[in-house]
Amino acid sequence: MPSQLVDKYFRTESLPHIWCPGCGNGIVTRSIVKAIDNLGLSQDEVCIVSGIGCSSRASGYLDFNTIHTTHGRALAFATGIKFANPDLHVIVITGDGDCAAIGGNHLIHAARRNIDITAVVFNNNIYGMTGGQYSPTTPTGDKGTTAPYGNIDANFDLCELAKAAGATYVSRATVYGANMIIKQVEDGIKNKGFSFVETISICPTYYGRKNKKGDAVDMMNYLKENAVNKVAYDKLPEEKRKNKIVVGELFKGQKPEYVEQYNKIIESF
Amino acid sequence: MSNKTLQKLSVEKERCKGCGICVEFCPKNVLEIKNNKVAIKNLDACIQCGQCELRCPDYAIYLGGK
Repeated sequence: MPSQLVDKYFRTESLPHIWCPGCGNGIVTRSIVKAIDNLGLSQDEVCIVSGIGCSSRASGYLDFNTIHTTHGRALAFATGIKFANPDLHVIVITGDGDCAAIGGNHLIHAARRNIDITAVVFNNNIYGMTGGQYSPTTPTGDKGTTAPYGNIDANFDLCELAKAAGATYVSRATVYGANMIIKQVEDGIKNKGFSFVETISICPTYYGRKNKKGDAVDMMNYLKENAVNKVAYDKLPEEKRKNKIVVGELFKGQKPEYVEQYNKIIESF
Repeated sequence: MSNKTLQKLSVEKERCKGCGICVEFCPKNVLEIKNNKVAIKNLDACIQCGQCELRCPDYAIYLGGK
């Protein structure tokens, strides 16, 4: 008997997937599915929208309403889908390059509008599919094929960005703490507004190899050792905060939801 | 408890890519990598915690098989 979760929610004929050995994307994808299963949503009630990149391959493996869109535009497509059918639970799967670089504007405006979409970012710190170019989330000093001597750019804190732009649920988790991703995606779907879940994934093939971070197991252990819950992080002295990954629910707010506001205007005529 | 006994650890070898994450994070040392694929070396020690299934990127190992 195969795994019930995978059998029910995945297009099993397309497995095994294309991702490299030890890639964290599979873990995040399973966590999203587990969250949907925990909430008891039917497959027809959920729409998964993805952009372009390693992470965005996920929509092809999932047996929901799925759409694989253009680079960076997943949130724009998702906005249209949510408008056309506000009853759908729209979940956007996107990568760090997809959502922070080419799709950066869509991200800030989706957050500003507080539209009821759950965006799950697979942040592996690099452009994996195209060969390891550095992305907006590659830490300063780390290497990529386009930064052979080290990246001189300051890296984005995507959660701070989403929070500042107006998202009403912002959280972060690592693929080591996959249970946290499940919980956060559940909370994100339940939140009536824009929810932003950043998952710290691992890319042993490009990011790990270029930066001598070891294999998938070493990278998982790094996440295990350096992820700190926000509550504990706030109590840490300044000198111990360096290189720590802050996880947990980072922000929860309340704002009018975009589609509701829009429908109010339509109903007023 | 009866439900627990049904949750037997199972492996789908054709999906495994041999990354070794499940072996590293198994608290009871149940698993090993053999010929670049995961293998169960000591099923009796399994406590059905699901840590392997939770972190398997390839959906190759799971609880609930027969």
